[in-house]
Amino acid sequence: MGDLTEIRIEGRGGQGNVVAAYMLARAAFEDARFAQAYPSFGPERRGAPVSAFVRISDEPIKQRCQISDPLYVIIQDPSLLHVPNICAGIRADGGILINASTEVAPARFPGIAHVTSIPATAMALRVLSEPIPNVALLAAFLTLTELIPLAAYERVLAHRFHGQDLKSNLQLVREASSYVARSSWKEASHAAAN
Amino acid sequence: MLQPIEGSAAVAKAVALCRPQVVAAYPITPQTHIVEGIARLIADDDLRCELISVESEFSAISAILGAAAAGSRAYTASSAQGILLMTEVLHNVAGLRIPLVMTCANRAIGAPVSAWNDQQDSMVMRDTGWIQLYCADNQEAVDTTIHAFRIAERTELPVMVCMDGYILTHTLEVIDLPTQEQADAFLPPYHFARTLDPRKPLTIGTLVTPDFYTEARYANHRALIRAQEEILAADRDWEKISGRSCGRLLSVNGPYDADVAVLSIGSVMGTLSDAREQHPELGPVKLIKLRSMRPFPIDELKRACERVSELIVLERALSPGGGGIIGPEVRAVLSELHSPPRIHNFAAGLGGRDIPLEIYPKLIEAARAHEVTRFAIIDVDIDKLAVEDR
Amino acid sequence: MDSPRSNSHTVAELHHKQPAFRGLEAGHLACSGCGQALGARLVTEAIGPDVIIANATGCLEVFTSAWPRSSWRVPWIHSLFENAPAVASGIEAALKAQGRATKVVALGGDGGTFDIGLQSLSGMLERNHNVLYICFDNEAYMNTGVHRSSSTPHAAMTMTSPSGKMRMGKRHLKKDLLAIIGAHQIPYAATATVAYPSDLRAKVRRGIEIEGAAFLLVHSPCPLGWGHDGALSIEVARLAVETGIFPILEMERGNVVTAMKIRDVRPVVDYLRPQERFHHLFDDSPEARDELEHLQQLADHNIERYRLTASQPEAHDSEGVDTVGRGGMRWS
Repeated sequence: MGDLTEIRIEGRGGQGNVVAAYMLARAAFEDARFAQAYPSFGPERRGAPVSAFVRISDEPIKQRCQISDPLYVIIQDPSLLHVPNICAGIRADGGILINASTEVAPARFPGIAHVTSIPATAMALRVLSEPIPNVALLAAFLTLTELIPLAAYERVLAHRFHGQDLKSNLQLVREASSYVARSSWKEASHAAAN
Repeated sequence: MLQPIEGSAAVAKAVALCRPQVVAAYPITPQTHIVEGIARLIADDDLRCELISVESEFSAISAILGAAAAGSRAYTASSAQGILLMTEVLHNVAGLRIPLVMTCANRAIGAPVSAWNDQQDSMVMRDTGWIQLYCADNQEAVDTTIHAFRIAERTELPVMVCMDGYILTHTLEVIDLPTQEQADAFLPPYHFARTLDPRKPLTIGTLVTPDFYTEARYANHRALIRAQEEILAADRDWEKISGRSCGRLLSVNGPYDADVAVLSIGSVMGTLSDAREQHPELGPVKLIKLRSMRPFPIDELKRACERVSELIVLERALSPGGGGIIGPEVRAVLSELHSPPRIHNFAAGLGGRDIPLEIYPKLIEAARAHEVTRFAIIDVDIDKLAVEDR
Repeated sequence: MDSPRSNSHTVAELHHKQPAFRGLEAGHLACSGCGQALGARLVTEAIGPDVIIANATGCLEVFTSAWPRSSWRVPWIHSLFENAPAVASGIEAALKAQGRATKVVALGGDGGTFDIGLQSLSGMLERNHNVLYICFDNEAYMNTGVHRSSSTPHAAMTMTSPSGKMRMGKRHLKKDLLAIIGAHQIPYAATATVAYPSDLRAKVRRGIEIEGAAFLLVHSPCPLGWGHDGALSIEVARLAVETGIFPILEMERGNVVTAMKIRDVRPVVDYLRPQERFHHLFDDSPEARDELEHLQQLADHNIERYRLTASQPEAHDSEGVDTVGRGGMRWS
């Protein structure tokens, strides 16, 4: 199984966390790695909490069970912080990335190695004029974890966006990336690899 | 070409590569992404095909029965309630020996209502006369779909390609999508000898008295058994073109001298494989992947279990009031061995309950127990039930 | 084939004598006097050889296709009871994909059309497949032994709607299928009867020519189920028209465009009396008399609704009754 990394993305129905999971998986593919991404299965309701899952590995991923103890959790919507156990199962050496306009105190997640906040929606509004936090969140996530090179993610964006849209998204990637301190989670990635 | 793609979308592309002329679509979760994918390919002119948006699954399978009988390669997909609604027609298609391919995106059957995965839907159709092939991952779903059209057309038997709903259909993973050239090299244009044609009028679907019904059924049964050759040939020939095998009728992975084996089917095979890797301390264990449920691979199963003394059969379906479905069939076949293994039959993952890696040690432990587990639902949480229901 | 220079016949007479293409060959197992067998023969003669037929389960399918024999000289497929329109839809799609112009026709009885196959029919019509659907309406599930369908007329007796102390035959009205068909706005729909074969043939030809969905409801007496002599089938069918009980109409996109006028309107009892299935209405009880009145009202309602009375006498299609009068068809 090798260096399997498991990620959960928490969002609300209609916010595109499944798309985000797919984009992460595609970025892994661009980096010549294997990936598996899937939504929480079942009917979706707009606005209701839904999870999406990603597995990334250097080797083909065989297991199909649900991800119960992810290394990383990305929270797309700050209102989800009120959902009890929103980060249930996360590994102690893991990291939580939260889309929030104000810094979330790590004390809210005792025992978790890394808790980082980023005002992804505000950034997106400013750069893209759309309140879609995914690009900023994923850029920040990849910067923090160095799980996949940002360039791979940018290639995924280039498949999806063109012209000015692409320029704006790439700008957002740069801004989000600079926002989070480089490599502050890196030891978590290494721990997963060992 | 390798690409990250959702399972359903990949199957849609695989179907398109086979150049169907008629596809019937009726929506039901979790198959819908497949027909949506096909509809999109048609709308973008990536597939020239008549798409009939029928008013029920009964009509979906009936429409493609008509299309195939009239000389066009035809396809549909369904799940659970839809598959069941088709029951009468499934028997009819197989009895009429009309080549068809249908994807069953496996889903639990109501009641209780469930949109999640298990394999009850296709398992209860095992007596319809359809060939049934199960896919362990989305690559197999793509490859088996392509095999299926050739198998159907060479055997004049309909083929059901079974893939776990949600677990496979709604999962994005890296899949090698074949090229049109590869598909064309493998699959010739549709040919059905009894095509309805005014130039050569035929009567199809006659009333048969007791004088001949037995013979017709015998012929069906033999045709299914002989179909094993075509299933193997398809796997072999596609492997020459693509480099990939789907595991013939049944395949074994593990140490030759392991005398403990786990037999299962579908997407859980991947989980069992990783779990085995995580538990070397539980000793050498063979994993037997059942791919063809119908025809049932009697000889291969016996060969696979010759040296096995403890066999666990794990399935995602059951026969209420009886026990398992695959388990009893395995038991019946292996009773013909000189010293058959002890066979422990478990059902798990019903109605979409996750089958975690942890199931593996539980299964191996059960195999080592003094008592044989004839049948048990291994992941039932008995405390959730009122006392009288336990 | 006679030479055109034969001195005893004109070409017209020869054409008249020469059998038309028989898509449905003689020698099948239908009861004598079967209206459906007659209807199917007339229909297949009118259609010709370039057709593929999808046939629902029912009398017609059973008496024409008992293995190892078949009466069909055209390509024909029987799948199930409730899916002939869906099978036909698939055949039509296949022919379209292959670029072949052969017409697709679906055949079914009233059981398979009014009841169990209604969904499948509705779907085919809604999608406007290029298929002509013909329902041979003998007003019950005859193949299983005369069981009531939604097409069975009010007060008719069947094995599942018998008359007795508490019942006067079928309680419910005959389903107005044509109105349901009309609601689908298809290019052409019509009723016809085996009593007027020229009219039926003309409607079949019209239906074949339509690009899109067309529907024909053909009234087909069943001597066994209706309880009359097989020799009287055509007369009984004619009486159904002349009493107003079974109007002969044509409909385009939901609007009635023609109605066959009745020259001399007959009272409903003239139609009911010859049939055993209405026998219980003639015991002179108050309930029976009520039912007779009710049925007369239904007939009157049809006549008024579709304006079936002629303002003046006009020729009507008498080919059926003339042929019977001649002693039947003669192929020389």
